[in-house]
Amino acid sequence: MIAQLFIEQGLNGLQLGITLFLMAAGLTLVFGIMDVIHLSHGSFYMLGAYLTATLGARFDSYLLGLALAIPLVALIGMVVEWIAIRRLYERDHLDQVLATFGLIMFFNEAVRMIWGAQPIFLSPPASLAGTVELLPGIFYPQFRLAILGTGLAVAALLGLMIRRTRLGMRLRAGASDRAMAGALGVNIDGLFTIVFGLGTGLAALAGGMAGTVLSVQVGMGESILILTFVVVVIGGIGSIKGALVGAILVGLVDTLARTMLPVALRSTLPASQADSVAASLSSTSVYVLMILVLAWRPKGLYGART
Amino acid sequence: MRIVSSTLILAGFLAASTHAWAAPGEVKIGMLTTLSGPGSSLGIDVRDAFNLAVKNLGGSLGGLKATIIEVDDQQKPDVAKDAATRLIEKDKVDFATGIIFSNLMLATMPSFDRAQTYYISANASPSQLAGKQCTPYFFSAAYQNDNQHEAMGHYVQAKGFKNVYLMAPNYPAGKDGLNGFKRYYAGNVAGEVYTTVNQLDYAAELASLRAANPDAVYVFYPGGMGVNFVKQWEQAGLKGKIPLFGPGFTFSEDTLAAMGDAAVGTLNTAQWSPDLDNPQNKKFVADFEAAFGRLPSVYASQAYDAAMLIDSAIRKTGGKLDDKAALGKALMAADFKSVRGNFKFNKNHFPIQDFFLREVVKDSKGRYLNKKIAPIFQDRGDAYVGECSM
Repeated sequence: MIAQLFIEQGLNGLQLGITLFLMAAGLTLVFGIMDVIHLSHGSFYMLGAYLTATLGARFDSYLLGLALAIPLVALIGMVVEWIAIRRLYERDHLDQVLATFGLIMFFNEAVRMIWGAQPIFLSPPASLAGTVELLPGIFYPQFRLAILGTGLAVAALLGLMIRRTRLGMRLRAGASDRAMAGALGVNIDGLFTIVFGLGTGLAALAGGMAGTVLSVQVGMGESILILTFVVVVIGGIGSIKGALVGAILVGLVDTLARTMLPVALRSTLPASQADSVAASLSSTSVYVLMILVLAWRPKGLYGART
Repeated sequence: MRIVSSTLILAGFLAASTHAWAAPGEVKIGMLTTLSGPGSSLGIDVRDAFNLAVKNLGGSLGGLKATIIEVDDQQKPDVAKDAATRLIEKDKVDFATGIIFSNLMLATMPSFDRAQTYYISANASPSQLAGKQCTPYFFSAAYQNDNQHEAMGHYVQAKGFKNVYLMAPNYPAGKDGLNGFKRYYAGNVAGEVYTTVNQLDYAAELASLRAANPDAVYVFYPGGMGVNFVKQWEQAGLKGKIPLFGPGFTFSEDTLAAMGDAAVGTLNTAQWSPDLDNPQNKKFVADFEAAFGRLPSVYASQAYDAAMLIDSAIRKTGGKLDDKAALGKALMAADFKSVRGNFKFNKNHFPIQDFFLREVVKDSKGRYLNKKIAPIFQDRGDAYVGECSM
């Protein structure tokens, strides 16, 4: 029974980790290559969820909705890069934080005006709504497995693209030394727009999938953004591999702390107090992880920049 | 010509100012409720039902023209506290209502108390205000937080379940709720879990629940929390394997449509049901559906009654809002026809009323709603009235 519980919680942790990875992959590229602190990354996650819900309802197909939402959000991302983010490259980080924080408020209010303040509940496609028995006695929702599979496939494709393609080579060059890459003739402006579009598209995929597990609501991007930054810092800024390892670490630590700490504390405290204390302790667990990693490797696990 | 028009304007001004100065026949209501986020389905029902009651009363309460000032508390105690102060000091409201969540209620009630502003609760009714912290300025037109849970505890006990797993959000009403359940349920508690308020992913908790292997599960999750829990319960393959019970809050018309078939067949307990057979309830349900295109929830029924209670009290005092003592006495009389049938106040200003077992059904029109199955409690007060010194 304990082993079953452990496996199931491990899968839950992996699934959170994969969602975080899709967010962190985009963020770490924007941060690493463009050197922009992009706080409004969560807004594209939210847009992805809202567009998936709306388009999915319009065409009566969740998958079609998701497939349309991703390029649409990537396009919105590229337009935002072209209009707003482009002006921030030469500014210092404080200006970037202020401007992208403004974008968060802009997107939240825009979504509130278009879709209203009430959450939308998005259902997974009927074909994936059931459960599978992975091992005897271990049941797991099919849709969560699908999220896990999709996330891992995207991670593999992204890794392949970064290692094997010309674009990937430029990305790696840009991440390790932006000025030198520019001097060697890489079209930095074009590269930045592509990176931004790629990052926001991945955020939309994460949002569209997470929207079915959680709910689609204004401000949903901010709650995941903080964890995403933790992942980026743990993994090392600019590293996709770091984002993957960091995301899975954070996902596992967060889920396991959330389930194991209350059990541990309940032997000494009454239930509601134990859960209060455990909730505060487990929400700090990922930051403790971050401190430990940074103490060991100040640039993160796979930090590329020097 | 010019002289004539300026005289007219002056006359107009005078007429307007005397009117404003006398301000006879106006009552101001502060509607402080949750209109955004996962808890918003409750607040929207409360607001809409209150407005519907005022509309049915011809735009007035107790014969006075009603002005309703609407504020979103965002389900945050600090926002609610600031908004309460503004309603009291700037808008000078005569009554306040609308708060959904008990932690917000406990944070704001001291302000209403100090200002001697009557607060008529359309939902949040924590044990603290029923017992040691009871106050003349708080009236609950809803229930005491424990009540619906007590009714389900009574039913689960009577059905012979011996090993029940309990879950609730970690806030005052969550603790009240599980305490209420355990007051009547005497069997073993397989697990008692308090999750963070507005947590939306219950995968980890569901895995622990499955491992505990209980013979029934009782969950208190209002609003969006309930939608996510019940959907994930079904996705995890637990529906049909372990009986799931809840208070009426978990399975309420404001969220049943979003839960869809996942909730059909579940049993829950409340002091109201859309099919209660009395003329005022029939009118309320029909008018609500006609006005808003959806069925009212238990929260809507409470807000409708709150408006009717205020109406009856103002009428009884002849519109004298300044005589606080007379107004309190008139509220206490509860001289209105409640949509839930029997309703009277206990000495702590909390209701004495009946509770029913309900079942979630899908009707022939494709609507998801509760159906009354059986009575559970008659004339039920609350467990804290003895601690109240009023």
